[in-house]
Amino acid sequence: MNEASLPGHGKGALNLEGLTKLYGEERVVDAIDARIRPGEFFSLLGPSGSGKTTTLMMIAGFVTPDGGAIKVDGADFTHMPPQRRGLGMVFQNYAIFPHLNVFENVAFPLRARRVPEPELHQRVQEALELVRLDRFAKRFARQLSGGQQQRVAIARAIVFRPGIVLMDEPLGALDKNLRYEMQVEIKEIQQRLGMTVVYVTHDQEEAMNMSDRIAIMNHGRIEQLGPPTEIYERPINAFIGRFLGEANLIAGTLEQIAGEEASVRSDDGILLRGRFNRIATGGRKASLFVRPEKLSFGAAAGGNVVEGTVRRRSFLGNIIRTVVQAAPETHLTIDQPNLNEGTEPEVGATVTVNWSVAHSLILLD
Amino acid sequence: MQRALPIYVVSICLVLMGPIVIVVILSFSGAGYLRFPPTSFSLRWFARFLGDPQWRASLWYSVIIAAIACVVATIVGFFAAYAFVRGAFPGKKLLLSVLLLPIIVPTVITSIAMYFLSARWHLVGNLVWIGICHAVIALPVVLLILLSSLQGVDPNLERAALSLGASRARLFLRVVVPLAAPGLISAALFAFLASFDELIISLFLTGIRAQTLPVRIWNSLHLEIEPTIAAVSAFLIGVTALVLLLDFLLRGRRAATMNAQR
Amino acid sequence: MRDRTALLMLPAFAMLAVVFLTPLVWFFIQTLFADPSVLWDEIVTVVTSRAMSQAILTTNWVSALVTITVLVTGYPIAYYLANRGGPRFTLVLFCVVVPYFTSVIVRTYSWMVLLGRTGLINQALQGLGVIDAPLPLLYNKIGIVIGMTYVLLPYMVLTLFAAMKSIDGNLIRAARGMGASGLMIFWRIYLPLSLHGVISGALIVFILSIGFFITPALMGGPSDVMVAMLIERSVEITLDWPAAAVMSLFLLAVTLVLYAIYYRVTDLRRLMGT
Repeated sequence: MNEASLPGHGKGALNLEGLTKLYGEERVVDAIDARIRPGEFFSLLGPSGSGKTTTLMMIAGFVTPDGGAIKVDGADFTHMPPQRRGLGMVFQNYAIFPHLNVFENVAFPLRARRVPEPELHQRVQEALELVRLDRFAKRFARQLSGGQQQRVAIARAIVFRPGIVLMDEPLGALDKNLRYEMQVEIKEIQQRLGMTVVYVTHDQEEAMNMSDRIAIMNHGRIEQLGPPTEIYERPINAFIGRFLGEANLIAGTLEQIAGEEASVRSDDGILLRGRFNRIATGGRKASLFVRPEKLSFGAAAGGNVVEGTVRRRSFLGNIIRTVVQAAPETHLTIDQPNLNEGTEPEVGATVTVNWSVAHSLILLD
Repeated sequence: MQRALPIYVVSICLVLMGPIVIVVILSFSGAGYLRFPPTSFSLRWFARFLGDPQWRASLWYSVIIAAIACVVATIVGFFAAYAFVRGAFPGKKLLLSVLLLPIIVPTVITSIAMYFLSARWHLVGNLVWIGICHAVIALPVVLLILLSSLQGVDPNLERAALSLGASRARLFLRVVVPLAAPGLISAALFAFLASFDELIISLFLTGIRAQTLPVRIWNSLHLEIEPTIAAVSAFLIGVTALVLLLDFLLRGRRAATMNAQR
Repeated sequence: MRDRTALLMLPAFAMLAVVFLTPLVWFFIQTLFADPSVLWDEIVTVVTSRAMSQAILTTNWVSALVTITVLVTGYPIAYYLANRGGPRFTLVLFCVVVPYFTSVIVRTYSWMVLLGRTGLINQALQGLGVIDAPLPLLYNKIGIVIGMTYVLLPYMVLTLFAAMKSIDGNLIRAARGMGASGLMIFWRIYLPLSLHGVISGALIVFILSIGFFITPALMGGPSDVMVAMLIERSVEITLDWPAAAVMSLFLLAVTLVLYAIYYRVTDLRRLMGT
């Protein structure tokens, strides 16, 4: 079996067209569309049950779609058995073969492709060096830590040079520090080898850190798809705003619309302005969205200004988080860098909070 | 009551093991009649057993038939167990019940029905055919062992192998079988034992010329209870003990393999 | 992919169909249903025969006795196993399991050695002066019951053990904490909770008993004929295949009914891990 003739050795473009999966009546994956570019680091992010893992399993070929298509570099993969797809895959529980040592684990896909022995040896060596496990070649899974096992899994998934690698929450079982290190490593390997990566995770920090683009999934649909900055700064609805990072969402009613801006009257009667470029009429229920780090203390002209009482102050290490109550139903969260200046307001003090209109987004409910 | 229980349990354990142990001891007795404890020790009954061409022939037939039953039951049972554990199809409970029918239908009935048909097909005394008939009886045991064993194999390992380009054959040979190996060997051992010890089907199907050890014992018992039978019985007990010992040792391996997967 | 996995079951079902189902179906059809008049005549003959009614009586009587004996003997053993761990557990389990896996013929032979007129038990009792003449322990119902109890005891113990293992120890502790006496705890809590195990075990033992033929044939007397023995004799001695078929049908029907009841009481699903 010639490596080059296997699918997945093209450039690594992956198209999902109306991909659907039903479990009984439930649309676990509901007609999702995505065009993933070659060499892109693409994340599927969402809460449990959002359909992200099922989507990945369909791309891998372990779950049969009920509708739609999966195309890799133009070839229709939708009903192809998994062993012919030539996609790399990394699992959350590593799935290292316990009865084979590290070398044989990584060599497995090359043996399946009948790669001649000398070349096989060299490529396994290279892959192990890439993940810095070349000295562990003779060890078995039970002699390795979780992080090492995951690196073996990665080496094994890339040694046969797939165009696309699928990762199913690979760092979920690792502790926080190790996870961050591994994120950096995975990203480096991906860029060095130029592979497309489809990465499933429920950890939004992880997704933002590593991805070129993120698809946020909820109830089987892609709610928003775009680069991390775009999704973070310009979420299209309240769910996404809250899912990715901290958010202030002030509920109210849409009032005037003027060009690319609009105003919202909060349920407590405060008038706020923000960016808005949808089609809607006044009277609609809407929320004003602004990230905590965009707020400052003090009065300033030209933006949104609100007065309130400090209810809580939290020390989060690099951030001081303050919660200010402006009205019975309106609480604002303000994040400030920990500069040790001692100027942060005390609990119970009356303060003024301000932020620019440019940083505010009006989201329809 | 608290103290009575252990005494009772010990007594019953003695009663359970007693007969078996006594037979083994008797088989080494030097006397020509059954006396316990034996007044002298000798291996003459074993010599009688292995020296007699008819007993030796029975031993040979038992081994051949058991080997065939073992191989057939283990392979067929392995594939079926895999289908039950990994397959997605309706009616699993019902289908499994059907495969367990051989232990439900009274063996007498199964045996005479098999005999009825085997006579018609001129298969009475055919070792391969008897082996296959035994395999059907051994299949439930094999299934039960392998269902448990295969459930202990992490399905992600199989998915990983497929994603890495392994063909189905490679998946089975290089991944599933090695991981299920301890269970497979246990299943094979018990299939062998089930056939080796089997009497009723053999009684009808072996005919005059291919009598297995249990059948020969049965025929001998109707004549007289002589000590050679004790030696043959001791031999059968030895085989049982060996199988149980090997299975016990394999259990440790099975647990280790499952632990290594997580 | 998963649909094709189901095909792996085919060899097993093919083997079952050819080697097990075909003979059974063919046997009944050829002996009874090929000629419809034969069926009715044969049923009448068998049902009215003294041998058959005697055999049914003996079978039921012996099976019931064996079931009760096995239950009473085995319950404490199972209790011990379910509540002890470590080396003692292994040892007792070993004593239960080894006979279970030993060939029936060997087990029966060993009891014949013990129970005969010149057997070891009589030798010992006479040697000790407890009795003058040997006790008739073999070639009668006593012999059969002892022999069958020995063979079937492991089934009861293992079934009961499984059921007892699932009894929550906290219930017992709670009852004790409330001041209940040992007898009361057993009678009102433990026994009822172990009841489904008792029923399962009793059913299994009874079902196996009624189909038994090796042990009764070897250890019973000339008048102790059980149904399975009658079937065997029809084939080997009188060559009366239709009679054998009718009796088999009868035995099979009773067995299947009892198994249906057993099936409701236990859960096969646990075997497949669903």
